[in-house]
Amino acid sequence: MKLSIVVTLKPGVLDPQGRAIHHALNGLGFDGVEDVRQGKLIEMEVADGTDDATIDQMCRRLLANTVIENYRVERRA
Amino acid sequence: MKTAVIVFPGSNCDRDLAVALDAVIGTAPTMVWHGDTTLPDDIGLVAVPGGFSYGDYLRSGAIAARSPIMRAVVDAAANGLPVLGVCNGFQVLTEAGLLPGALMRNKGLAFVCRDVDLEVANDDTRFTTRYDRGERISVPVAHHDGNYFADDDTLDRLEGEGRVAFRYAEPVNGSARRIAGLVNAAGNVLGMMPHPERRIEAAHGGTDGRRLFEGLIGAMGA
Repeated sequence: MKLSIVVTLKPGVLDPQGRAIHHALNGLGFDGVEDVRQGKLIEMEVADGTDDATIDQMCRRLLANTVIENYRVERRA
Repeated sequence: MKTAVIVFPGSNCDRDLAVALDAVIGTAPTMVWHGDTTLPDDIGLVAVPGGFSYGDYLRSGAIAARSPIMRAVVDAAANGLPVLGVCNGFQVLTEAGLLPGALMRNKGLAFVCRDVDLEVANDDTRFTTRYDRGERISVPVAHHDGNYFADDDTLDRLEGEGRVAFRYAEPVNGSARRIAGLVNAAGNVLGMMPHPERRIEAAHGGTDGRRLFEGLIGAMGA
């Protein structure tokens, strides 16, 4: 089973990297950009039948730092 | 007093810490590899050094915090063993759950590598007994991810409990409440971004870091 784990900064947490990307996009002339937030995408392949609770534990215990980050799990074909 | 320094792949201040501990405490620490599962017996301090453990992959300190030796460090901390985390060591301690909050990318995005002035915010922790509250000391920083973050309730609680040990005298990296170093609720774990081990001899350009280690000798009663 293939999974995509999308980790994003929580709303309200300052994202200097997102701000720098935003600035660079503006510099390229893309002036319609209103906000940029940078996150990460972790692609995993796990054994079929791996239950949701186990996947959730992987996210909470390592893949995301829940002090500053949210995560969501997407199952891929 | 016996001490130990943890060594992760990518640690690069482990020898600085070892030299400082040897010079001030008088005994060379045991260097403990990240894959070990136990700490040496009868140690009075374990130090988690600066560097770029595991290449800072995933998040700074995240992989190191889940390494085998850190389970032993977490258990020892729960039993009251003093733990000092410097720079990447501070990041490791927050990732391991020994200290609250998180250390994020510096607000200005730049890697900050220079001497900074710190204010001693609390001289009543076992790590700061040789300093005076409100005193200014000069200690170097060298980090990319030193921007301390915690939610407002946590920050208020930390302040109320006197757990901020050191504060930047001026904004350095965007840290909430200019926090440079803090202790856990029990007071036996200190994490700080600045490097006291790089200010222990006059030849370093100052000795303001030395008293942190000197104070630990008294606190350990050894």
